[in-house]
Amino acid sequence: MNIHEYQAKALFEKYGVPVPKGAPAKTPEDFINALAELPDGPTMVKSQIHAGGRGKGTFTDGFKGGVKFCKTKQEAKEMAGKMLGNTLVTLQTGPAGRKVQTVYFTVASDIKKEYYLAILLDRATSRPVIVASTEGGVEIEKVAHQTPEKIHKVFVDPAYGLADFQVRDLIFKLGFAGAEAKNAAKLIRNLYACFWETDAAMVEVNPLITTPTGEVLALDAKVSFDDNALFRHPEIVSLRDLNEEDPKEIEASKYGLNYIALDGNIACLVNGAGLAMSTMDIIKHFGGTPANFLDVGGGASREQVVAAFKIILGDKNVKGILVNIFGGIMDCNVIAQGIVDAAKEVGLKLPLVVRLEGNNAVAGKATLAASGLALVNGDTMADSAQKIVKLVA
Amino acid sequence: MSILISPATKILIQGITGEFGARHTRLSLDYGTQVVAGVTPGKGGQFFEHGTHRVPIFNSVADAAKATGATVSAIFVPPPFAADAILECSDAGLDLAVAITEGIPIRDMVRVKRAMAGSKTRLVGPNCPGMVAPGPGKDSHGGCRIGIAPGYINKQGHVGVVSRSGTLTYEAVFQLTTKGIGQSTTVGIGGDPVNGTSHLDVIKLFAADPDTHGIILIGEIGGNAEVEAARWIKANCQKPVAGFIAGATAPAGRRMGHAGAIVGGTEDTAAAKIAVFKECGIEVAVTPSDMADALLRSAKARGVKLS
Repeated sequence: MNIHEYQAKALFEKYGVPVPKGAPAKTPEDFINALAELPDGPTMVKSQIHAGGRGKGTFTDGFKGGVKFCKTKQEAKEMAGKMLGNTLVTLQTGPAGRKVQTVYFTVASDIKKEYYLAILLDRATSRPVIVASTEGGVEIEKVAHQTPEKIHKVFVDPAYGLADFQVRDLIFKLGFAGAEAKNAAKLIRNLYACFWETDAAMVEVNPLITTPTGEVLALDAKVSFDDNALFRHPEIVSLRDLNEEDPKEIEASKYGLNYIALDGNIACLVNGAGLAMSTMDIIKHFGGTPANFLDVGGGASREQVVAAFKIILGDKNVKGILVNIFGGIMDCNVIAQGIVDAAKEVGLKLPLVVRLEGNNAVAGKATLAASGLALVNGDTMADSAQKIVKLVA
Repeated sequence: MSILISPATKILIQGITGEFGARHTRLSLDYGTQVVAGVTPGKGGQFFEHGTHRVPIFNSVADAAKATGATVSAIFVPPPFAADAILECSDAGLDLAVAITEGIPIRDMVRVKRAMAGSKTRLVGPNCPGMVAPGPGKDSHGGCRIGIAPGYINKQGHVGVVSRSGTLTYEAVFQLTTKGIGQSTTVGIGGDPVNGTSHLDVIKLFAADPDTHGIILIGEIGGNAEVEAARWIKANCQKPVAGFIAGATAPAGRRMGHAGAIVGGTEDTAAAKIAVFKECGIEVAVTPSDMADALLRSAKARGVKLS
């Protein structure tokens, strides 16, 4: 689960990670109150959407820049008016963009130097890793590629936690000294506590900055959480912003379906994540384009199959459907009945290829054949994919 | 005959009285697996009954292992309590803990993995379909089925299958059995980013097992476990190996069902992994329908008989 920058910074403050003073606003009426919390002078206005690349983004009405530096609070108020309710398109949003429902005002800090700091899981060691660099405010992937020696990593032993010597080592590598060193060490320790205690999947600060007066601040904040651990963090669940999620994905999650919308025109309905991914792959292999990832899980019920069909058909790009079920334990005939009911209930007119294999598959195929539906039986995955690709071509 | 488990292996089920655990305990008993004990704290002294089977239930893994000689546990405990259940196996000194549970917090698994360093207990999973060592009977009856896989699609034989994904494992096994090629052991290592036994661990076991003549390695996007296994195969394994990677069409940064299936960089894409497979002499299955055929091609090229 992702949260907004302003929410992440509130969380940082709770853990003693310093951030520039700021205040969010959700309506034009809020602007005055929010700005009243900040001192007079240079102010930043930041569009709050989950996607990155906001500063370089363009609004659909042509206004450029989702993050603006303003010399005065009056100017900040005007800029916020242009952003709020407007739709911002960035490299990460896709062409449709995201509607800005919150703007965030912050004090514009004097920047002495920018750094990069992140904490995430290192899969190879199964330990948290702190990644830091003296090259901040730029794409870290580029730094890692072009100057890997400027990326410093600290692996944390979960049995002991972050050790002081590790923090000191990192501080020296990043070249901090004096008051900056002391402040940076405290910030790193507190950020690690925030990562660990909230079950974060990643915390990223880009840039982390120093100021001429020796302060060390998180100028930006990106935080995501481990979905599996949300059950023990109701305070974090309350930060979820459904406006940032695909309505079809929200609907799917209500039925225990795992759905991800894609750009293609062949919808797929599959049991199991690995099989669902490879069903998308095989559609592509034979020249089609998948419209979605959809895993109905190991024990799909009739209701789930019906819901899945409705969600799939909610995507207007869809021109055909491929159902690929390997019924290991689940009864293929139950699935077949679900498909028949769903197709009738939604009045399906699109081409449908069904591949049923495994437990009670013969009975399932008979149910499909007796239904009177205009569907095509698939044999292997390759055969089924070729058939649906041909039907939508 | 098989790796890690055999049809003679005695297993216990943690979470045997839950709906999910009970259903799969019944299926394992029907398959002929030696399910000798169940563990549900507070229900010690009761029995799990199914047909003529009467499986004693214990309050702890240690009690169950001591009383019945079980050496392997299948864990069906809900996510908030699953890490604790895994550690209990380690404390009781079992040989193997197979965690089926999906949705365990990553932080819990990070701690469990650290706590199990040096333990004699091997962990398979979590978020996995488990393992099957097929038996000699009809539909491989009499085998050892630990977890949720459909045992009946297996056939006793000489191919080892290792995968992160359940349904893709079944797909591979089905293709093999349909072609009359049996399996020594199938191992689902699970779709989570932090798991116990890795692809490489299983590949090493298959390579050393005289009864395993060929291997199917099924991976997906995310992480570098498949690459690590492939490099080891190139240097150490003469047996025919077929490989498949799922997720070529997955968009970057999105979690594709499995918590571990997310492309984070340029090294963990399907294309990058497939390139490493080819470089390491692994016969790549072009589509998921091609997994058994790919292994047959590799076996033919190396003059190895699979069945």
